[in-house]
Amino acid sequence: MIPLVIYVLIFVAAFIVVRILASRLSARHDFTSLKTVTFGDESAVRPDRWASVISLLTIFLLWGAFTGSKLVPVHVPGPFVGDTEFTYTLQAPDGSTDDATIFVRVFPIGEDVEQRATEPGPGFAKNDSITVGAWRSQLILFDKNDEITRKDGAQVIAIDGIPVTSGGAVQTTAGRVVVTPKGSLNYEPPKGMQMEPIWLPPPEAVASRVLEIAREGYQNFTLWEHLGWSLYRVVVGFMLGALVGIPLGYAMGLSNWFRGWFDPIVEFMRPVPPLALIPLVIIWAGIGESGKIILLFLAALWIMAIAARSGVSGVRISKVHAAYSLGASKWQVLRHVIIPNSLPEIFTGARVAMGVCWGTVVAAELVAAEKGAGMMIMVAAKFQLTDIVIMGIILIGIIGYGIDILFRIAERWLVPWKGKG
Amino acid sequence: MTGLSIENISMRFDLPNGGAVQALKDVSLHLKPGELLSVLGPSGCGKTTLLNILAGFLAPTAGQIMLNGHRVTGPDAERGMVFQQGALFEWMNVRDNVSFGPRMKGVSAADYMPNVEHLLDVVGLKDFKDKAIYELSGGMQQRVALARCLANDPDVILMDEPLGALDALTREKMQGLVLKLWKETGKTIILITHSVEEALLLGERLLVMAPRPGRIHKEYRLPFADMGVGQDLRMVKKHPEFAEKREEILSMIWDMEEEIMGRAEAGAGA
Ligand SMILES: Nc1ncnc2c1ncn2[C@@H]1O[C@H](COP(=O)(O)OP(=O)(O)OP(=O)(O)O)[C@@H](O)[C@H]1O
Ligand SMILES: [Mg+2]
Repeated sequence: MIPLVIYVLIFVAAFIVVRILASRLSARHDFTSLKTVTFGDESAVRPDRWASVISLLTIFLLWGAFTGSKLVPVHVPGPFVGDTEFTYTLQAPDGSTDDATIFVRVFPIGEDVEQRATEPGPGFAKNDSITVGAWRSQLILFDKNDEITRKDGAQVIAIDGIPVTSGGAVQTTAGRVVVTPKGSLNYEPPKGMQMEPIWLPPPEAVASRVLEIAREGYQNFTLWEHLGWSLYRVVVGFMLGALVGIPLGYAMGLSNWFRGWFDPIVEFMRPVPPLALIPLVIIWAGIGESGKIILLFLAALWIMAIAARSGVSGVRISKVHAAYSLGASKWQVLRHVIIPNSLPEIFTGARVAMGVCWGTVVAAELVAAEKGAGMMIMVAAKFQLTDIVIMGIILIGIIGYGIDILFRIAERWLVPWKGKG
Repeated sequence: MTGLSIENISMRFDLPNGGAVQALKDVSLHLKPGELLSVLGPSGCGKTTLLNILAGFLAPTAGQIMLNGHRVTGPDAERGMVFQQGALFEWMNVRDNVSFGPRMKGVSAADYMPNVEHLLDVVGLKDFKDKAIYELSGGMQQRVALARCLANDPDVILMDEPLGALDALTREKMQGLVLKLWKETGKTIILITHSVEEALLLGERLLVMAPRPGRIHKEYRLPFADMGVGQDLRMVKKHPEFAEKREEILSMIWDMEEEIMGRAEAGAGA
């Protein structure tokens, strides 16, 4: 909740600051910036580059601030680490009371710790010493050394002077103390607002994990092998899907028989998510490469067939008529009119198909694989290696985005006429 | 027999709801080689349908088209088509569009290039031959379409409102160009238009069609196309006979439109 509020505040504050600064700086005078009607004119909405930069920085800052990162100057309060103490008041069955102090040492998990030395102190309740890991809690057997114990009928009636009963809790400066229904104490040091590394490691931990895995590998394969295998599966599966799907789509757009024959199949398979095919493909082809490639082939096949089909139906009939009137044969019409005219649709389909394939391969690897990006994060998750999981997710995102950008560049280069017909 | 014969063409479209539209009924006409016919008529009288039958894109339900003694059964390079717009190939540059016909026939570049260059020169696009289609204005695109059609050297050129999408000024220039090309090449041309002026200026012969069923209403033989070859088209328009013919045809089409509207209203009232 608090991160969300901070996020919204940064969003608004950055907007106001950039607005003020931008109005000071020299304004641009290109066509779009001179439009007065921008609300409702989608073409006049351009991404504000400052907003993009600040947006990414904000995510990084929040991540760092809430994980105690060394890369980020400001942090939200971390968990309490160090020494503290609180007292409990024990009441004997005869009504007499005595105070004893519990000396606490809170240590960062993973480091060695020594108990604090204590004096037992006077009275029938004796002082105790405990160690607690940061973010953890600890059940305190406070009366192990006391002269009158719970078995004798003694019970804790106050913590740091604040009255408490069985099942109640007290918030002291040292942390939260709960009196369990059985009458023992459970102590939780202040947790602060930072995330435990096991939930969300700081950015530098993820970065160093990237370096470590890039160097040493993980689960018998190097990082590049994991990613490379995933990419390889996607590329091969997509290629096969396109190789079959595009001619199929053309045939469906050009022939009654093909259209009639394949329409029911394509229309039926289109809404089936490729993920739903994973179990069947595993049954048929096992968890090896062929299963993955069959799955990705199927994922790409329908998308490419439909893209090619709509590419054919999208051709203006006057272009086809013109070509025939100029003496072109059927084959020449296909080669010089229908195929080039459908390229923009095919590219759009290919971008979608690549995205779907990339998502599907990761999901398939999550289910079962010996190597691959999905397998890497799945295994890491089993061992609670959150930094590997996050690293994997980031790399998967970067690769998916990179594929899309490559397609967009290729599209601009190969079909410059797109949308200009 | 040379020339283009339209012999008792009828065209009936069966509608999905069981009804039928008689788009053309018993249309007959003969064009000698080198004649320029312009076709006028209210919207929906079957002009495009007739042109599509001539081009071979549609088979008539009755009658036949004969060109130079053989029957038209499908599209062919002997009948070139110029569309209103959007029929150029955006994935080719200007030169490849214009040379499309010869290239499809397998003519070598050395053989077709001189003619393509010449045609680009005639339509005034010599400096644009490497440009992409989407970089040209609407008028330039129509000039490419004209050149593309001519590069194929068809016997008959069919034009369906080729200048309909152009502004008045560009349109006037293009009308001059069409006349010039007609005279220079001696092609048989059929030109559909919505503009009475254009039909008068360009049509050596002028056909006014009537709707429901689509049929030939009246035919004129006009002197203006020949006059226009030699002089400014605006001078031709000032000719008293021109104004007279324009008024006559305009009121004829208006009457037809009104009749259609009246029938539609009567239908709506019933
Ligand atoms: N494919 C078709 N199916 C059914 N009816 C059609 C079809 N094509 C044309 N028609 C009908 O045939 C008639 C003639 O149409 P056509 O397109 O030839 O008219 P037009 O004279 O070219 O009109 P415009 O001047 O508006 O272009 C119209 O009534 C139209 O509704
Ligand atoms: Mg029409």
